[in-house]
Amino acid sequence: MAKLDTPALEQSFLNNHGKNPIRAWLFSTDHKRIGILYLLSIGFFFLVGGLLGGLMRIELIAPGETIMDPQTYNGVFTVHGLIMIFLVVIPGLSAVFGNFFLPILIGARDVAFPKLNLLSWWLYIFGAILAISSQFLGSGAPDTGWTFYAPYSTETGSNVVLAVFSAFVLGFSSILTGLNFIVTVHRMRAPGMTWFKMPLFPWSLYATAWIQVLATPIVGVTFLMIVAERLFQIGFFDPSLGGDPLLYQHLFWIYSHPAVYIMILPAMGVVTEIIPTFAKKHIFGYKAIALSSLAIAAVGYFVWGHHMYTAGMSGTARWFFSFLTFIVAVPSAIKVFNWVATMHKGSITVRTPFLYTLAFIFLFMIGGLTGLWLGALATNVHLHDTAFVVAHFHYIIFGGMGFAFFAGLHYWYPKMFGKMYDEKLANVAFVIIFIGFNLLYFPLFIIGMQGMPRRYADYLPEYTGGHFWSTMGAIVLITGALLMIYNLIIRTRKKGTPAEMNPWGGKSLEWTLESPPKEHNFDEIPTITENPYNY
Amino acid sequence: MYPITPGVSNLAEGVDKTFMILFAISLFFLIGITIVMLWFVYKYHKKRHPVPSKSKGNNTLEVIWIVFPTIIVLILFYYGWIGFKPMRDVPEGAREVKVIGYMWDWDFEYENGKRSKDLYLAKDEPVKLNMVSLDVIHSLYIPAFRVKEDVVPGQTNFMWFIPSQVGQYEVLCAEYCGLRHSFMDAKAYVMEPEEFQSWLADFDPEETEHKGLIIVRNNACTGCHSLDGSKLVGSTFKGLYNADRNVTEDGKQITVKADDEYLLESIYEPNRKLVEGYPANVMQSYRKIITDEDVMHIIDWLKSEEMR
Repeated sequence: MAKLDTPALEQSFLNNHGKNPIRAWLFSTDHKRIGILYLLSIGFFFLVGGLLGGLMRIELIAPGETIMDPQTYNGVFTVHGLIMIFLVVIPGLSAVFGNFFLPILIGARDVAFPKLNLLSWWLYIFGAILAISSQFLGSGAPDTGWTFYAPYSTETGSNVVLAVFSAFVLGFSSILTGLNFIVTVHRMRAPGMTWFKMPLFPWSLYATAWIQVLATPIVGVTFLMIVAERLFQIGFFDPSLGGDPLLYQHLFWIYSHPAVYIMILPAMGVVTEIIPTFAKKHIFGYKAIALSSLAIAAVGYFVWGHHMYTAGMSGTARWFFSFLTFIVAVPSAIKVFNWVATMHKGSITVRTPFLYTLAFIFLFMIGGLTGLWLGALATNVHLHDTAFVVAHFHYIIFGGMGFAFFAGLHYWYPKMFGKMYDEKLANVAFVIIFIGFNLLYFPLFIIGMQGMPRRYADYLPEYTGGHFWSTMGAIVLITGALLMIYNLIIRTRKKGTPAEMNPWGGKSLEWTLESPPKEHNFDEIPTITENPYNY
Repeated sequence: MYPITPGVSNLAEGVDKTFMILFAISLFFLIGITIVMLWFVYKYHKKRHPVPSKSKGNNTLEVIWIVFPTIIVLILFYYGWIGFKPMRDVPEGAREVKVIGYMWDWDFEYENGKRSKDLYLAKDEPVKLNMVSLDVIHSLYIPAFRVKEDVVPGQTNFMWFIPSQVGQYEVLCAEYCGLRHSFMDAKAYVMEPEEFQSWLADFDPEETEHKGLIIVRNNACTGCHSLDGSKLVGSTFKGLYNADRNVTEDGKQITVKADDEYLLESIYEPNRKLVEGYPANVMQSYRKIITDEDVMHIIDWLKSEEMR
């Protein structure tokens, strides 16, 4: 990465200027360096989480014990969820591309609080160390699932305290990033950039940041209540201590449902930037897209009860949460229609980032539409806590957020590192990933409908077919992902060609900068007269 | 094309109908939007369409695709709700069965006091399950009947249904509950009403069980410790009393006899003397849960003829 072989790299933010490289990176307050620190750490944990997921799929290739006993399996799906949720998808796009591109896209030289930004990354690393230690220290790896449902989580002998404390610390990292972005968007926009001249990725980051700031403290406190109940027998959730198990679920999902929007909103923002660039056409319905992000963030707060239809809530609460759940589907649909309409009468070039974007729309639709199946009361009763939920969730989070992340990575890679990857190889990797993904997760919809519960270390023989194909899909997916990583890291390092300033012909501010950008981004802060979609 | 066979309870019709509607609408939108998208990519490819349009949007279209999806989701909500509503309206005179969920097994108790490990049902007769948990949250799930409700400690949740076809169906636990969650299953046997009546009557309420066994069952010990000599998560109760135990204490391997003192200690401090071949920290102390007196009943029962 720091191989300086082009003139652009000489002046770029990647140049350490003779400073100790470790110090110059780990203690840098440059938003671009922090974005890359997040990229590397999140990328690492994505591989660890993916490997654990692969091990689960191998265990489930056939009924009976294949490679691990049930206790190990329960630990593995817990740490898979813990890593993927708290270390990969929640920071995900905001922490990587938000950090790198939010200031650039609004014409600023950094975020509002650069030191706080560095602290966020260090808190992330500290939280990650705690999460990993919880696997090895104390009385055994946590076996509660990432949801930590009480009273199981307050009674199990495994090391829950450290695991929930790690999530508590990671929550602070998320809150501080959100706070930083809110202030940055409010205070640091370039002269002339009014709210409705701001690009749509910053809009989505802004909506996300409010959820991070307002919802995360709730789950933080909830996790402390688990710790208090385990260490001091204070009865919040365990009925044998006078607590209420449903209270835990309410508090947990008040955060964890909006958390899904923390994951998906920036993903929607990224594809909203990519589509106009490759269609060479103004984004269709700018205001509708901007405001639908806020609508999702707002309504998304009031749908958490749809995780609890079968938990013993009152009948009124059940239909009310179902009603709101259906309403929140509308702003997502608006976005899909606007994306497709942007392509209408465009002048389209199909490059790697655009392929990932098309796949994103397709997979996100499957995730979203199956969300309606789960939001409907009658079908939820049958589907709740089955493999159908696992498939739906992965279509939204991996098919949605993950594919948008890959799209953003291929879109901005030349800008971030000043090198162009091998696009043919990138497209081959894309096809393998797309096929593997669908083969992995689609069968889970079917066996879920047939009654295969989730979090099962073993299963009845009638589900063997679906599980077998799902495991095959995992192997294909991992192959494709490794090929993508090889292409982006190893091959590009050796054979990558220097990237142009504007390889895709985009109109937003990052394409007016060198690839990679200078440390202070802009020599002169630009004055904005129009939004960046006027092709 | 349709992946599941029709459900076999009175509630299944509403659920399956909602499935059909959702399936049709989802397929329509998924395929429709995907085809339009790919068609745009083809038709407006740079080769065929070098000059893009200057359009920035269209307010009429925005209104259409706000209003139209809103109507569709409200219709879907309605069907979901209508299919669900009867699940909460229990008819008068439904047979009540108590369901006790615990790590990791189910007990079913009928009106005359008869208990069973599987659920026995009469065809075409409404049944209401009143469900309690002895430890953590479980969830009773019978896929064939399209019913599921969590079994939550500290509260009694219910479900009801009318089984409509004689046969044998799977009863599963759907809420993750620890080590043997995936093995916490039972069967639901649906019988002709006369057959069910004779099954129910085949029960002698005078035949009292040992107090120790009742305590053991009520504390869900049997989820891990079998009564018949088979190895589960923990060692079996069968033949336990006075048997030689190879245990590890403070890192040293020793052999002890499972006498009264050993059994008391193993209930109150299960991880102190750990029997070879079993993991540590799976069982927690029952000091605050089972009284000394009740432990004596358990030991008394372990000494009894049936358990030797």
